[in-house]
Amino acid sequence: MNTVVCMKQVPDTETLIKVQGTGIATDGIKWVMSPYDEFAVEEALQQKEKMKAGAVTIVSLGPDRAIEAIRTGLAMGADNAVHINDSAYYNAADPFATAAVLAAAIKNLQYDCVFLGKQAIDDDSGQVPAMVGELLGIPVITQVLKLEVAADKSKATVTREVEGGQAVIEVSLPVVLSAQKGLNEPRYASLPGIMKAKKKPVDVKTAADLGVTAGPATAIKEMTLPPARQAGKIIGGDDAAAKAAALAKALQEEVKII
Amino acid sequence: MAFQMTSEQEMIRLMARDFARKELEPHAGRRDREAIFPQDSIRKMGELGLMGMMVPAEYGGSNTGAVSYCLALQEIAYACASTAVTMSVANLSTEPLLRFGNEEQKNTYLVPLAQGRMLGAFAVTEPEAGSDAGSITVRAEDRGDHYLINGTKIFITHGAYADVINLIARTDPKKGSRGLSAFIIEKSFPGFSIGSTEEKMGLRASNTVELIFEDCRVPKENLLGREGQGFAIAMNALDSGRIGISSQAVGIARACLDEAISYARQRRQFGRNIGSFQAIQWMIADMATQIEAAGWLALAAADRKDQGLPFTKEASMAKLFASEVANKAAYKALQIHGGYGYTKEYKVERLYRDARVTTIYEGTSEVQRLVIAREMLKE
Repeated sequence: MNTVVCMKQVPDTETLIKVQGTGIATDGIKWVMSPYDEFAVEEALQQKEKMKAGAVTIVSLGPDRAIEAIRTGLAMGADNAVHINDSAYYNAADPFATAAVLAAAIKNLQYDCVFLGKQAIDDDSGQVPAMVGELLGIPVITQVLKLEVAADKSKATVTREVEGGQAVIEVSLPVVLSAQKGLNEPRYASLPGIMKAKKKPVDVKTAADLGVTAGPATAIKEMTLPPARQAGKIIGGDDAAAKAAALAKALQEEVKII
Repeated sequence: MAFQMTSEQEMIRLMARDFARKELEPHAGRRDREAIFPQDSIRKMGELGLMGMMVPAEYGGSNTGAVSYCLALQEIAYACASTAVTMSVANLSTEPLLRFGNEEQKNTYLVPLAQGRMLGAFAVTEPEAGSDAGSITVRAEDRGDHYLINGTKIFITHGAYADVINLIARTDPKKGSRGLSAFIIEKSFPGFSIGSTEEKMGLRASNTVELIFEDCRVPKENLLGREGQGFAIAMNALDSGRIGISSQAVGIARACLDEAISYARQRRQFGRNIGSFQAIQWMIADMATQIEAAGWLALAAADRKDQGLPFTKEASMAKLFASEVANKAAYKALQIHGGYGYTKEYKVERLYRDARVTTIYEGTSEVQRLVIAREMLKE
């Protein structure tokens, strides 16, 4: 089974974010593969191992440094990669423009499934999976928790998360699937994997190489941090009854939630 | 002069760090308290290629070199020093086979060790032969088609869990250190058994045991190298082992520093964080500076090894310096914690105990100075 994994390099989840203009200050940031994309890579590898055939191709839009996350995917076991290194597109951080270049790159590849994380953990738009599916003209299932592909690769049974439960869906292939936490446990890149990663082919492309002219559909006007949390308030009182009364009063009159 | 990690080295460091923080650190305290050998983590580390880092791919190793090994081991030690010594000895146990093993021995033993399917140990120390390795008395007698081994080894790291043991034993009672030979022992060999387990001050999640040989029959083909080469084989392995222990010491020292910093930031006395007092700041500055130097010494020795240059002196310097830095860092980190640091509630208590052995095993600080001076004064 041939699969494509769309992967984004993002700031490490422990990064202290500082706003700069309409973006964030990037100096000193440690960059990692977006955690939901790790589930996507892992699933693609597991499906390949189950079918004992096929290739896993990573497609990533990002600047030069994105190669580190691409190499991590290759070290985990992916076979090759397409690195779309085009500043007009990665700087735009626009879901449609991103989906347009990813889809254009995927069209040149052979695939039964396209995996993505359900969202990148930096911009959190969550729109790219659906847009990629639309541009490729194939079905999309988001928030995937479990995947079983039929041996003849004609269809798949997919469990996805829905509000308060799970839905089981049968879908024809090819299909776009976005990974939710719980789909699998991503592996660590093994040392032999890391040593082999450098020798695996990475195709570097620009949007023009892929014939994409679609520009961004959105623009970021302003970036702000959430307001600082206000200090808590300690409810006083002589005894438990008095404290409870004071708490009820505060909830009614100050917070206005009861 | 290049102080830049290659992209592979950086990836290896990050992978080891990720693994150590997720898989080892959360349980390190409990394993220390209950003296539980981390068998499951050791198996996972084997699968990731962390137990055969100096072994070429053709023998199942990950062939990352000593610098990568140093970086990975530091990250493992930062999270759990007990797991780090296990990793160090496992890697060390591949070296004699790699350097002195014949093709058949490499295929039978080196490949599964490097792939992490088997765990290797290294047995030199005896009750009366510690720093003075030349006075080993465990006897290996040539009985024609086999060797018969008798005697006791002590302080053998993960001896009870090892599948394969590199044993240094005496084949010639008259020749001192030239009368020693190396053997490959399988745990299933008749006459081989595990004796008592040491109750240690630190590294309590690592296993340290006595090995007993009672008329243990070892096939002739399990002689490693030639008769009389045992001492050279042991010293060669120890050079590499010292790079491992220096890295372990740096990892422990870094953990001490981070614990000290985080405590100094939140502990308030006299109405302010203790980190704002110069007395504490100086301790932290000294720790950070010494750790930085120790880290580079370890990497410099490893880099020489990777380049195929002699590294005996550099490995001893790194081991001497890093192990003493780890002890100083542990002392200062505990001092910064005050009374709390003396309780088992704080991690620094474990780090203090774990750091202690680093100036002792794989050659005491005194033996390291001996090695360094000998190298400096030789003509």
